[in-house]
Amino acid sequence: MHAFDYLEPVTVAEACAMLADHGPRARPLAGGTDLLIQMEMGKVRPEAVVHLGRIEALRGIEWDPQAGLRISAGVTLREVETHPIIRERYPALATAAQVVGSVQIRNLGTLVGNLCNASPSADTSPALLALDGQVEIASPTESFTIPVAEFWTGPGQMVLQPGQLVTGVRLPVPTPSLRTWYYKLAVRKAMDLAMVGVCVALEPRNGSARRVRIALGAVAPTCLRARHAEQLAEQGEITNGCLEAIAEAAVAATSPISDQRASADYRRAMVGSLTRRAFTQLLR
Amino acid sequence: MKRLINLRINGVTYPVEVEPRERLLDVVRYKLDITGPKEGCGTGDCGACTMLIDGKPVTSCLMLAVSTAGREITTVEGLARPGELNDLQRAFVELTAVQCGVCIPGFLVNATALLRENPNPTEEEIRAWLQGNLCRCTGYTKIVDAVMEAARRINARPSPETA
Repeated sequence: MHAFDYLEPVTVAEACAMLADHGPRARPLAGGTDLLIQMEMGKVRPEAVVHLGRIEALRGIEWDPQAGLRISAGVTLREVETHPIIRERYPALATAAQVVGSVQIRNLGTLVGNLCNASPSADTSPALLALDGQVEIASPTESFTIPVAEFWTGPGQMVLQPGQLVTGVRLPVPTPSLRTWYYKLAVRKAMDLAMVGVCVALEPRNGSARRVRIALGAVAPTCLRARHAEQLAEQGEITNGCLEAIAEAAVAATSPISDQRASADYRRAMVGSLTRRAFTQLLR
Repeated sequence: MKRLINLRINGVTYPVEVEPRERLLDVVRYKLDITGPKEGCGTGDCGACTMLIDGKPVTSCLMLAVSTAGREITTVEGLARPGELNDLQRAFVELTAVQCGVCIPGFLVNATALLRENPNPTEEEIRAWLQGNLCRCTGYTKIVDAVMEAARRINARPSPETA
């Protein structure tokens, strides 16, 4: 691995100042399960690595029955997977965290790191999209939130400017009738990347659905919501014909590539199939 | 630039000079000569380098040594007193869960964490927990059997020794 300056801020403000100083030549380090592999392979060569592990303020999961859930940037995937409130109220997110890598990887890797690696196949991203997640961003001068859906701009690319740091993710309180469904399609159960990831959230109402979210992973340059398909699903009773149209609209939202994991055609077919399966199970 | 850190491994504090770019696995193996943890893949996929950090299993090939200063690190050498085997290790030997042995330190360390968190795991739970440990020899069956047998022995004892 190349040599670099190793910086250990203890506050978010310090971290932002360090990231601003070094601009694009600095990288924040959380769990390191993606960054250190890329550095070891020489794919990224930051001149400064800003380790976030000594920042107390980036630890912890906060739950408030009015404000919802806040997961700090230092929280590991294993903490997300095992947290009682997340398992009870955000089961799609707990499941998505649980299918990442192995227990060893989940003890290192963080939810926010998974978000900021900006991989189109990130396991937790469809769940964050379907649950209306917000990304909390700090800079040397301000802090603000943006919807998860507006965070990525391409594979490995996001809206962050030099000096900005993602400090956490927020999820609103789920309505009592909200139901979610998540599926990671992969060859192996562990240590594998998704060929397709689908997360659907909706409120069932006598055969129709409200607040529909259809979030897709590994089928476009970023994870995305199939918004036209969501609108179709909110228009009335979801008959078999209607479900077919929803599935087609979900497929139309994708632009998959063919790679060693799956062909583009297979990915499209599976988006249709998994979307139909999601609605069938959620409306049952 | 080198810096002096204290690594606490198996209850012993080791002052050691490291560069920030040095991985925990390399420092432990090549600077401290604690060679139980192995490098299989170097990308976190195989689990041969598994260590416990503050009791939690992690792949030490994906950690910078400098980030682990002051934390409690356990390798396979720390599972039992020198020259002795604990229940888990003995079960691996007796049930021939070991063939070439390269993956075994990782399996033992990770299975130790499992048994501490879940003293009565089902076969399914053992297989799920050990998903991140690869073995190219045994076919896993005997490894899973050994973990189940170790759990039985530990639970059968009136005052259970830590696995």
